[in-house]
Formats: sequence, structure tokens, C-alpha cells
Amino acid sequence: MSRYSCPSCGYVYDEQDGHPREGFPPGTPWSDVPEDWVCPDCGVRDKLDFEQEGTPA
Amino acid sequence: MTSAAVEQGGAGEPVVEAPTWRDGKRYAWLLGLLVPSLPLMAWGLAEATGLGVFWFIGPFVVFGLIPVLDLLIGTDAENPPDSVITWLEEDRYYRWCTYAYIPLQYVSLVVACWLWSSGDLSVVESIGLALTTAMVAGVAINTAHELGHKRASVERWLSKVALAQTGYGHFFIEHNRGHHVRVATPEDPASSRLGESFYEFLPRTVAGSLRSSWELEGKRLERRGKKPWTIHNDVLNAWAMTVVLFAALVAIFGPVVLPYLLLQAVLGFSLLEVVNYLEHYGLKRGRRPDGRYEITRPEHSWNSNNVASNVLLYHLQRHSDHHANPLRRYQALRHEDDAPQLPTGYAGMIVLAAVPPLWRRVMDRRLLDHYGDDLSRVNIHPRTERRVLARYGGSSAAGGTA
Repeated sequence: MSRYSCPSCGYVYDEQDGHPREGFPPGTPWSDVPEDWVCPDCGVRDKLDFEQEGTPA
Repeated sequence: MTSAAVEQGGAGEPVVEAPTWRDGKRYAWLLGLLVPSLPLMAWGLAEATGLGVFWFIGPFVVFGLIPVLDLLIGTDAENPPDSVITWLEEDRYYRWCTYAYIPLQYVSLVVACWLWSSGDLSVVESIGLALTTAMVAGVAINTAHELGHKRASVERWLSKVALAQTGYGHFFIEHNRGHHVRVATPEDPASSRLGESFYEFLPRTVAGSLRSSWELEGKRLERRGKKPWTIHNDVLNAWAMTVVLFAALVAIFGPVVLPYLLLQAVLGFSLLEVVNYLEHYGLKRGRRPDGRYEITRPEHSWNSNNVASNVLLYHLQRHSDHHANPLRRYQALRHEDDAPQLPTGYAGMIVLAAVPPLWRRVMDRRLLDHYGDDLSRVNIHPRTERRVLARYGGSSAAGGTA
């Protein structure tokens, strides 16, 4: 399970938690998130700009 | 020096102790509550003097007094030091300044309904009170804007409540997920273009933003396997607040209040849209090598440091920093040196926008100077493109929209 963070506001997409409100249930892999998906907190950066955090747990 | 003094950061870096830096605007933010009190002031002054003209105090203050105060008081480019930003954002006092707008806004609306239904006001005076109430409703969208950008669900909910008065609940979807993504591009309904008058922009932004919010929510719900017609649709549940609010006011005060409620709502959201009009006029983001738009930078928003407008609009005019850091709280927003500056505050610019030839006289030159006369970098309205190119020279305009 990996985590990906928005370089603008620090929001983290954690594959383990997903983002149910956005339609990604817990466990949704990052690869299943559409490329045009935009940071749900700041709207400044889209998926392609997100950075993978650390190493898988 | 008291409690917060002398702390040490992790790497031995001294943290600037809060009390050494003073926020010059700290108590000025309370003046933001002047706007939602305008209908109450109108009532008090009209009662005390017997002069019906006071019912029009709202537009007088917003379009007359504030622009004059901007000219008299001038500008302030002071930024809080980076080291106090976190402390400043955590100080809850600032939050309460914005929360307090909402109860005042609704006390004023209820009092206005009671006055409209009382039969004591002439039709002209009632319209004056509707105009004054519209100023409250429009500036409430600014308050909603500040709250709607936050992560806390309480603040997002308060944002919807503030928007209920104008029926503009979809704004908090479209603005955060639509406008912020597409800002300063021809695809953004809420970014105005060179040569586009406010009166042309208004229907385009109202319809375009509505469509965009519906599509954004539809897409989100579709991913969750839901249809758009559900109470979980944030556009629909925000509008439902307006329906309940207006229905309750009509039930209590009678159908006589309905035309005034509608009038103040339309004028209220038009006030928000005229502010949208001047925030990004003609500015355009370039493309990255992969075809995506470049990241929004300070040069993609018009800014102003005029104190009077900034205090009443919670630093909205430090718009470049807002687009770079949408979650940053208003008290911590910074002036950016490389951002294009408007000649005066938003309030005065609204007055200019209402007179398109005057607006273009002031703004077109300023916009072209910003881009070094390179028209290919300007967001030009397709209708006026040929005329703009003929007038300002089309040498570098290849690749403009057809």
C-alpha cells in the first residue's frame, strides 16, 4: 500500500484509506484513480503532479 | 514578552515568538461585520431621520464610500513573516471574525423581510432595502469562499449556509474544484477575457459555473455508483437550503417578500460575479511541454493592497497567494511582488467594470504591459480578437483561438 501526496497542500492519498467521498473505497490502488483527478483539498495540482511518499509499509 | 516567547525550533532555528510581530489588521477584521449590519443601519437611520434615502445605504457604502476610502487610506503591502504563519493561522480569533458574519447576515435578512411585509415602506424604499440586502448577500459569498476552502467540515457547512441567501450553493463546488483548476484559461467560465465586457461575462459565468458544478458532482457521484438526483449531491442539498429558507420566510412574512428575496439574490450573486470578472481579466496560463496548463503562478491573478477593500473582503485581493495556497487562512495571505496590481481596490474596480469603455481604457493597457505586448499570452475574447489584434498589433498572435 503506497501513499501519494499533493506537492501544493500536503494532502495525502493513502491507498489503504482511499477517498470514499470521492468514489475511491479503501484499498483503491493509485493506478485506478483517473489521471485528471485533482487534489480534493486545494484543487491546485492534479494526479500527475502527486509524489509517492516513502516506501510501501 | 509573555507566554509564547522564546521557543526553539527542532534544528536550533529560533521560532519568532508571536508577541514580537503585531498584526496591524488584527482588530480591523471586525469591520468586516459592518456589511452584514447595513440593513439594520438603514432601518435605524431611516427611522431616526425620516429620510427614505437611507434604505439605499448598502450600494452607497460598497460603490461609493469604500472606493473613496481606498483612495484616501491607500495600500499596505506588509506580509507576516514566514515564521509566524502557522501561529497566525491557528489563532482562532480570526475564524470567529468570519463565523460572526453569518448570524448577522440572517438577522438582517429576517429584519428586511419583516420591513418589506410591514407595509410601512414605499415600493422605492423597499427596492432600496433589497439593494442594501443584496450587498450583504454578495459579500456573504466572499465569507462563504473563505470558509469553503477549509478542510474542517464545520467550516464547509457554514459556507453552504452563507450561500443559501443567494441560492448560490453550487459555488462552493464549482469554485474549489472547477475555477481553481482551470483559472486563467479560456475553459474557465469564471475567468474573464480581454475585450469581454462585464455584461457579456455575467451570463457566461453564471451558466458556465452552474453547468460545471453539476458535471463535477455528477462525476463524483458516478464514481460512487450513484445517480445525480440524490440528496448526497452537494449542489442539490445546498440549493435545498435556499428553498427551505425562502419557503420559511414566505410562510412567515407572506408572498409580498418573494420578489424582494429574488431581487436581492440575483443582485447578490451578480456582485460576486463582478468580483470574479476583475480577478483574472485577460490573464492566461501557458502550456507545459506535455500539453497541460502550467501551474497557477502569482502572475495569473490581479491583486490589490488597498486596505479598506482588503479588510472588508478578508484579503481576497491578495488573490495570487490565495490561488497558490487555497487553504491558507485570510489573515496569513501575502502580498506578491511579481503579481499584477490593479490601480485601486476591488470596490472601485467594480464601479469601473460597470462602465465597459472606462474599464477597457484602464485595464487593457495594463494587461498588455503585463505581457510586454505579447498578445499570444493574453486570454482574448474570440468575438473581439480581430479588433484587438488590429489595434494592438498582431505580430505575435499566432495560435490564438479561432
